[in-house]
Amino acid sequence: MWLFLLSEILLFGGLFILYSAYRYKNPVEFHLAAWELNRLLGTLNTLILLTSSLTMALSIYSIQKGNRKGSVSFLIATIFFGFLFLIIKSAEWAAKIGHGIYPNSPRLLGRSKGEVVFYGLYYSMTGLHGLHVLVGILVLSVMLFLMMKGKINENRSIPLENSGLYWHLVDIIWIFLFPLFYLIT
Amino acid sequence: MTSKSVTSFYEPEGRYRGILAWIFSTDHKRIGLLYLISILFFFFMAVSLGFLMRLKLIAPGFNLMRPQLYNAFFTLHGVIQIFLVVIPAIPTIFGNFFLPLQIGARDMAFPRINLLSWWLYLSGAIIVLLSLFTGGGPVDTGWTFYVPYSLRTTVNVPLAVFGVFILGLSSILTGVNLVTTTHRLRAPGMTWFRLPLFVWGIYATAWVQILATPVIGITLVLIIIERFFGVGVFDPSKGGDPILYQHLFWIYSHPAVYIMILPAMGVISEVIPVFSRKRIFGYKAIAFSSIAIASVGSLVWGHHMFVSGQSDVASIIFSLLTFLVAVPSAIKVFNWVATLYKGSIDLKPPLLFALTFIFLFSIGGLTGLFQGALAVNMHLHDTYWIVGHFHYIIFGGMGFGFFAALHYWFPKIFGRMVDGKRATWAWGILFIGFNLLYFPMLVLGWEGMPRRYYDYPPQFHTLNLISTIGSWILIAGLILMFVNLFHALSKGEKAGSNPWGGATLEWQVPSPPPKENFEKIPVVEKGPYEFR
Repeated sequence: MWLFLLSEILLFGGLFILYSAYRYKNPVEFHLAAWELNRLLGTLNTLILLTSSLTMALSIYSIQKGNRKGSVSFLIATIFFGFLFLIIKSAEWAAKIGHGIYPNSPRLLGRSKGEVVFYGLYYSMTGLHGLHVLVGILVLSVMLFLMMKGKINENRSIPLENSGLYWHLVDIIWIFLFPLFYLIT
Repeated sequence: MTSKSVTSFYEPEGRYRGILAWIFSTDHKRIGLLYLISILFFFFMAVSLGFLMRLKLIAPGFNLMRPQLYNAFFTLHGVIQIFLVVIPAIPTIFGNFFLPLQIGARDMAFPRINLLSWWLYLSGAIIVLLSLFTGGGPVDTGWTFYVPYSLRTTVNVPLAVFGVFILGLSSILTGVNLVTTTHRLRAPGMTWFRLPLFVWGIYATAWVQILATPVIGITLVLIIIERFFGVGVFDPSKGGDPILYQHLFWIYSHPAVYIMILPAMGVISEVIPVFSRKRIFGYKAIAFSSIAIASVGSLVWGHHMFVSGQSDVASIIFSLLTFLVAVPSAIKVFNWVATLYKGSIDLKPPLLFALTFIFLFSIGGLTGLFQGALAVNMHLHDTYWIVGHFHYIIFGGMGFGFFAALHYWFPKIFGRMVDGKRATWAWGILFIGFNLLYFPMLVLGWEGMPRRYYDYPPQFHTLNLISTIGSWILIAGLILMFVNLFHALSKGEKAGSNPWGGATLEWQVPSPPPKENFEKIPVVEKGPYEFR
């Protein structure tokens, strides 16, 4: 599982390389474009995702202690936070698209090339991350189902732990995406 | 079922019967054979494409096919050979089959993920094939999918690229499986320095698979995103930089060369000591040079881009590292030769193929140093020299390593012996055909004939003709070899458990091996090459 996570990190690693290369080439444009992103929603999403990691860890902790009920509710909370993250994210995207800023839009192409690339990366990276959140939610839902059926219990909690690891990875990637796109301006 | 230990893994077992018992089997040996069949299928397909390309190039102005079709042919030849055949071949077929046997395990660490990898491999392959007949038709970008062309061409790039992405996922999962198996499932007493060198080769490869493949994964995903949404990350008209694509592509695709060659080197390190009846010379040096090749080899991708406009400093560093990676490769070659020295050599087909590996790989390696030198590279870049060079490495190296493995382990896999005389004939024809086919390419490239071109001026005619004739001889050799192997499946004499007198664990079990490999997990008390 750790090896798989390593490969996931390298997957995003390719994108981070692109980001740093383009930022180096277009520092001013990246500054301007990043200024436009909604920092409030970004921060909110960071908090939500961090909290979801906490509930995830608590869920694993509870099942290991034999507290199935607690574990189930913490897991449901995690899934809920995951959805909340996606809803806010899509609201953010919708607002940007509403302003006519989306890949290949005439408005965006009218801007400087650095900003076009910034938004290209913004949509690709957050999009791919969103996809990972979605996959994470699916995996956690399967875990929830298994837990309801009693197939995951205090003696057999490794699938849940691995799913938890995956969830934390998704969280960590966001921790890097957030400052890169929203904070460094 | 009186004595359970002699029931081979071919005997029906489990829930399913017939073909289902194979395609849903989690037994590492059955999965290895599934890979063998599928990979050979694609190998023949790609060889046919190569044959047609060579036929087209037999004379200047020869109109066998339209240029667009020719472009599709060399792309498909490359994509199929590289992603569907050469990269997976040895780790998935022989790694699957023999790694658990050699370390004294009953199966891989994750048998179900192993089966999943095969299914992913098959789906990826089918998607790649589907892309030929849907959308804008077969891809014509070359196997490298270089932007911006791959973004502009009207052919079905996204689907083909998606297929390769799935293949990459399969490759990562196989890598994870192989690394975990080597770490966790070694038999008692099987210390790291008692591992057969094949295991070391596969182990180093598996790490490269895990670490490098995700990078091409994201690169290919970006091509798809770019094709559908036009985000502009690689499109110069939108501020993107095509050079960055090349970087990301080669960050994977150069290490991929080592994914191809390292397992083959592992095979050679098995075959040579067994057929010279001598302990391998410099065990640790060979083992560590595998790791060294895997790590240094991951840092040399920029030598594909000397004329792409990267900075001179970067080029110099990449050139230096390229020369550096030749060192561990040479260490291996010297150790193999030293193992042969004063051994009692038994020139059986596996050894013949292994020796040919050393010969052809040395040519391939040395020509690689030529083009790794900055100034010479200017002259040789994108010429037939490159085509000749990498066929010497990939086909002469990995291909012949694969044939060596096939002949060496055939008795163990199928329980039958291969006819040695016919195999030797096939080897001789292959060797002549191979050199006739690829050596003229080196000369042609030196004289300036560019690669991938549809046609060429008359002064290149003779060498191209020789090369095309070589391709016929090569194919004749391939046919003879595979007919012979196929014949041995049913007609070969029965093989004992240890026909070659090998000392590694796979020769201690019956041929073909029983379902659970070992009746009792063995305790290892000596190294893999102690014949006495």
